[in-house]
Amino acid sequence: MSAKLERLSRQLKESFGDRIGEPAINHGEVSVAVPAASYLAVMRQLHDDPAFDFALLMDLSGIDYSEFAGYQGARYAAVSQLLSLTHNWRLQVKAFPTDDEFPVLESVVDVWNVANWYERETFDLFGIHFEGHPDLRRLLTDYGFVGHPFRKDFPVSGYVEMRYDPEQRRVVYQPVTIEPREVTPRIVREENYGKGGRG
Amino acid sequence: MADVRNYTLNFGPQHPAAHGVLRLVLELDGEVVVRADPHIGLLHRGTEKLAETRTWLQTLPYLDRLDYTSMLPSEHAYCLAVERLLGVEVPIRGQYIRVMYDEIARIKNHLLNIGTHALDIGAMTMVLYTFREREDLFDVLEATCGIRMHQAYYRPGGVYRDLPDQMPKYQENRFKNAQTVKELNEARNGSLLDFLEDFTNRFPVLLEEYHTLLTDNRIWKQRTVGIGVVSPERALQLGFSGAMLRGSGIEWDLRKKQPYEVYDRLDFDIPVGVNGDTYDRYLVRMEEMAQSNRIIKQCIAWLRKNPGPVISDDHKVAPPRREKMKGSMEELIHHFKLFSEGMHVPPGEVYAAIEHPKGEMAVWAVSDGANKPYRIKLHTAGIPHLAATDEMCRGHMLADATAVIGTIDLVLGDVDR
Repeated sequence: MSAKLERLSRQLKESFGDRIGEPAINHGEVSVAVPAASYLAVMRQLHDDPAFDFALLMDLSGIDYSEFAGYQGARYAAVSQLLSLTHNWRLQVKAFPTDDEFPVLESVVDVWNVANWYERETFDLFGIHFEGHPDLRRLLTDYGFVGHPFRKDFPVSGYVEMRYDPEQRRVVYQPVTIEPREVTPRIVREENYGKGGRG
Repeated sequence: MADVRNYTLNFGPQHPAAHGVLRLVLELDGEVVVRADPHIGLLHRGTEKLAETRTWLQTLPYLDRLDYTSMLPSEHAYCLAVERLLGVEVPIRGQYIRVMYDEIARIKNHLLNIGTHALDIGAMTMVLYTFREREDLFDVLEATCGIRMHQAYYRPGGVYRDLPDQMPKYQENRFKNAQTVKELNEARNGSLLDFLEDFTNRFPVLLEEYHTLLTDNRIWKQRTVGIGVVSPERALQLGFSGAMLRGSGIEWDLRKKQPYEVYDRLDFDIPVGVNGDTYDRYLVRMEEMAQSNRIIKQCIAWLRKNPGPVISDDHKVAPPRREKMKGSMEELIHHFKLFSEGMHVPPGEVYAAIEHPKGEMAVWAVSDGANKPYRIKLHTAGIPHLAATDEMCRGHMLADATAVIGTIDLVLGDVDR
């Protein structure tokens, strides 16, 4: 299996050269970072070129790196999981929009039609815009929702809550009355924690 | 002549054939669907966001609530992701148990799908038959972990506990007399594996019953043949997986092509459709149940012969046994740390995919080394399939929209996350 992954990462380097970052193999998976400028062209070639033949886009989603321990670089990334049925291999492509205030990427809907909903979802949850998308509406959140809930600065409990108001006889939005409660804090331990010594 | 205009019909979100809370805005020309626009998110619970605030173990039960008709495979994908990040080996018996329960889930899922699909189209009887068998499988799950639906049985490192030695039995009450109870308990006198083996012996006959009811049924064929046809090329473009992809004639099954756990040791076939229509997908699902039955039989035979541990003995990941925890300081500390602070997963990211009954289900887990996930992306098969409704419904009658929704095996918990 690993020889095959080596072959894929070598092919990537040969075909794309400087247009992509260094392919990495971790946990038996190949991943590659692509700058926003060459994103669409690289994706199109990955789909069309029989040497790669990534016929299926299994998943496309976003990630917000703003709170990642020790991370430097663009805040958002759109992550695609590609699958080739003929070669039976997978590839993860990470594209980093350059502007953190207004992240924009080109849409891959023309290459894989399935990207339509994935990109809508990524736009909805992370606020990454996809240029050339035919119908970039929100997908999962409520009609008229404000904000992008999966960004790290968006609280888990949100900003508004909904209730039925018997006086106005309709559903109204109001500021949330609950506060996020953290029972177990988030901890990153030093290396070899709990491995030496006793206990 | 009066002006004829297209009109829009709001289907759902509370419609018996919508399989949950799906809102489908249909644009109709007479009775022909011109455009279908599914609105989802009415069941969005933000599982991925919630996971970021829970420890790795606390996240696990949320996975059950995604696809609430086949719970264990979702847990499976999550456990695989965590195990790969941690580099933990699952004991072989644990792997067999997982595979067995995955296949039970597959049968359970397809039974529900075929039963309710037939119900949507107008064959009321089918659902009564399939729910009878589902009940037996629910009993198996209940005997294993005490809960019928949301088991939280798979844990990173293995499964929570070994299979039970006995099945719960019916008891006499004012509705069931001694004779009835005796008959009902006949298969339940042995262990769980005995009960399950009895089920696998009965199941092929029952499957024949379903075939008699539906496969050559004239009305069923009129409602399904040639409905929602998807060519292989379109199936790839639309990102299909699972039975939807195989129904279009593409032989692709992760259990065979990228085997995980012990699937490479088991003997089974992949059914493939020809026409890519609703009827072919129905046939694929029927045959998949027969194949799952075969796999379960092989697992039972292996599990009977090979006792052993079912969960990893790495106590940084899996809890120590309770008796040991009560007697040893070391184990007590492990237990306490594991259930308060939780396990620490090394930095990295992994995309773990499995062949869920509905298609490819995957968990993309990103860790920065903390006791909580940094990001979890749940890829469920329902999204691309539902996104394709528009294309599959176009040009069909309004009544066929329900057939299409039935054939994509829709569960909104799975789509909305």
